Amino acid sequence: MDAKTIMTGLTVALGGMTPGLAIGLITAAALNSIGRNPEAANEIRTNMILGIAFAEAIAIYALVVGLIIKFV
Amino acid sequence: MPSIHISLTAEKLFNIGGVFWVTNSLLTSWIVIFFLILFSLISTRNISLVPGNIQSIAEIILEGIWNLFSTILRESTKLFFPIIATYFIYIISLNWAGLLPGIGTIGLEKIEEGHQVFIPLFRAGTADLNTTLGLAIIAMLVIQVSGLKTLGTSYLKKFLNFSNPIYFFVGILELVSEFSKIISFAFRLFGNIFAGEVLLTVIAFLMPIFAPLPFMGLELFVGFIQALVFSMLTAVFLSLATAKVAH
Repeated sequence: MDAKTIMTGLTVALGGMTPGLAIGLITAAALNSIGRNPEAANEIRTNMILGIAFAEAIAIYALVVGLIIKFV
Repeated sequence: MPSIHISLTAEKLFNIGGVFWVTNSLLTSWIVIFFLILFSLISTRNISLVPGNIQSIAEIILEGIWNLFSTILRESTKLFFPIIATYFIYIISLNWAGLLPGIGTIGLEKIEEGHQVFIPLFRAGTADLNTTLGLAIIAMLVIQVSGLKTLGTSYLKKFLNFSNPIYFFVGILELVSEFSKIISFAFRLFGNIFAGEVLLTVIAFLMPIFAPLPFMGLELFVGFIQALVFSMLTAVFLSLATAKVAH
């Protein structure tokens, strides 16, 4: 296994770690508030998806960098 | 053993006039645009109060998008609906067009630099960074222009404010964040769709029968969510840029 492969794996693994935690926290908070106030579920869900998209973007940056390391 | 064909950039197919290269994702985008225009022409040809079949489909789609974005844009929904709905429909069509059978598998064999390479004829339009970057730049231009138009010169106060050293540095940060939004928009869409393409290729390579099916479903979902996120973020930034600042 060459250094490039290890680098790709490490980039995605380290870059995906915190966004995974962030998405979990966002969803947990959103589910908590939906449980407390089910009437606002639609609005909360919309904002939850937005927040998840922001957190997920960071993992995607890591993935793009990993793909660039691997294929370029 | 055959190797997996994955290319980070869209491959060039042919050129027009010796300067303008047509890539495979550009070709797919043109086909998608052609079908979207065809659908809109057919559905609006005989508009009536009691809608026909095709007009009903178009009305269901537009009504769903309207209801979704009217919670964010509120009273300015009518003004911004055309561009937001265009973004949503165009991006979701490009994303889902990349999942059709034949995309990425039908192609030409070309001799390039001495060895034979395979060039697919079609590739999802949003799996090319140029497409997503173009969409992102247009979105940010629309946001800045509509902010300037509704708030006038007081919109620029967000970026240049000499009343207070803290506000001055906040303005610089705001200016940088406008540019980082473009990059974030472009890379989010490109990364998701391209990663999905790579995932499908690898899974189909490992186990061609039945195994790609659940991932196809996942990619349908991701394509929908990314179109939703792109248009919804544009809507949120639009409503932020056109809101009166109260502080």
